[in-house]
Amino acid sequence: MAELCGIVGIGQTKLAAKRVDVSMPGLVREAADRALLDAGLGWADIDAVVVGKAPDTFEGCMLPELYLADSLGAPGKPLLRVHTAGSVGGSTAIVAASLIQAGIHDRVLTVAYEKQSESNAMWGLTISAPFGVAVVAGAGGFFAPLVRGYIRRSGAPADVGIRVAVKDRLNALKNPYAHLHLKDISHEMVEQSPMLWDPIRLLEACPSSDGACAMVLAREDLAQRAPTPPAWIHATAMRSEPTMFAGRDAINPEAGKMAARDLYAKAGITNPRREIDCAEIYVPFSWFEPMWMENLGFAEEGAGWRMTLEGATALDGDLPVNMSGGVLSSNPIGASGMLRFAEAAMQVRKQAGEHQIEGARRALGHAYGGGSQYFSMWIVGSEKP
Amino acid sequence: MVEPVKSIVTPIRLEYDYTPGRATSRFLRGIAQHRILGQECPSCLKVYVPARGSCPRCAVPTEREVDVQDSGTVVTFSIVRVPSENIHFELPYACASILLDGAGIPFFHVLQGLAPEEVRMGMRVKARWVPTEKLGPTIASIECFVPSGEPDAALETYGEHT
Repeated sequence: MAELCGIVGIGQTKLAAKRVDVSMPGLVREAADRALLDAGLGWADIDAVVVGKAPDTFEGCMLPELYLADSLGAPGKPLLRVHTAGSVGGSTAIVAASLIQAGIHDRVLTVAYEKQSESNAMWGLTISAPFGVAVVAGAGGFFAPLVRGYIRRSGAPADVGIRVAVKDRLNALKNPYAHLHLKDISHEMVEQSPMLWDPIRLLEACPSSDGACAMVLAREDLAQRAPTPPAWIHATAMRSEPTMFAGRDAINPEAGKMAARDLYAKAGITNPRREIDCAEIYVPFSWFEPMWMENLGFAEEGAGWRMTLEGATALDGDLPVNMSGGVLSSNPIGASGMLRFAEAAMQVRKQAGEHQIEGARRALGHAYGGGSQYFSMWIVGSEKP
Repeated sequence: MVEPVKSIVTPIRLEYDYTPGRATSRFLRGIAQHRILGQECPSCLKVYVPARGSCPRCAVPTEREVDVQDSGTVVTFSIVRVPSENIHFELPYACASILLDGAGIPFFHVLQGLAPEEVRMGMRVKARWVPTEKLGPTIASIECFVPSGEPDAALETYGEHT
């Protein structure tokens, strides 16, 4: 039987377009310091460090985990880097948790970050492969055709994506850490924003952000002594699949469905919509909210958009989604998955401030990456499983 | 008071040798001869284009070579209005996921010869090749796809590939 693992410290930086006041080491240190402060612990209390970020080609900083070792207090300790594209923040937290669950370490610091202002993600993602021709412009270029396919397949009204974009930006106004604070956000404003990758408009896409997120995880008996009650990990799951194979459903990928089934089975959940109080999921382009509602089993296939239209995913709905403002409001790519996982933990620890869901006892954190081919997710609770 | 330096730009570039492997090598040599070679999976019978030597779904080698048509159907697409350094098409352009006739998996290429707002799912298209003397072992030997003028394909014929 695995050891029980609790999240005892959570920290994040202000997420912003440009953090020129700090270097990459300064950025991760800021998040880690805050997580330690929240946990009431010092650097000497940490046994191992697990760090995650998106591809090295973004900032052009190769093996950043070595460069960051000092600022993460890693000398003399195990230091491990995880990489699963955009889902990396989530899978990094899961790898860190597994070190505790396996009984290997007592307290682990996990950190994920991205400094997009020092990077060129469009270049890094617009692959000019040998013998090939580059036609897919960045992440939006890859995902826009999937969004078009989803709209056609589900028969969703054309403005569902706009509604998600407005909802998440309104939520972000309640989150002081969020990058985008668009005070006058409205349906019209999103609708009139330029088409970047038709059918994805500028305001239906995530921004480019600098930021880091950190968590301190601890073994059961140590977690119980934390100054703020911990978030207990009820279940974690990861799955992957190849980017391309004949018969692949890239809109509703099998790997995501498998991960969700595994996650609910481990957590003893049979009706996720009823048994989960809120969900923070990876939505870099607005239409991915309804798409993931279906993939995660919160809605029947083809019906995810109804949850958005009916207001079920709003802060006062029956399944609030992306309370923090989500990836649509802040996207430090490598950190984005961990921010989702951290928000779920903050909710069950009652630390979410103005975007706190009253009575949240069990929350889902979710991340995906690559061409919708990596999935990582966890369920955390205020009570032990 | 001197303005402090907060960041500098240091461009990087990558040059690499690429070994395409047996299946992709044959595909690329085929392209240089104006042929599109796929490989059929012996288990699910889907035809992979470009050929890649195996079927990830069935986990078996794909050995039987099949000629695939240079005509196909737009299964989904996006109109790109964002510039990117690696992309050399004039904006806006249509990036289309195209299912070639005889293929079991679509691939991305650029669709030209019509206004972006006229592009639609199910549209029939054909390859426009570079002049014969410029043919080489690269997908760029297909300059782009253009409308073929045939009636649109029904959703049932390509829906599973969106």
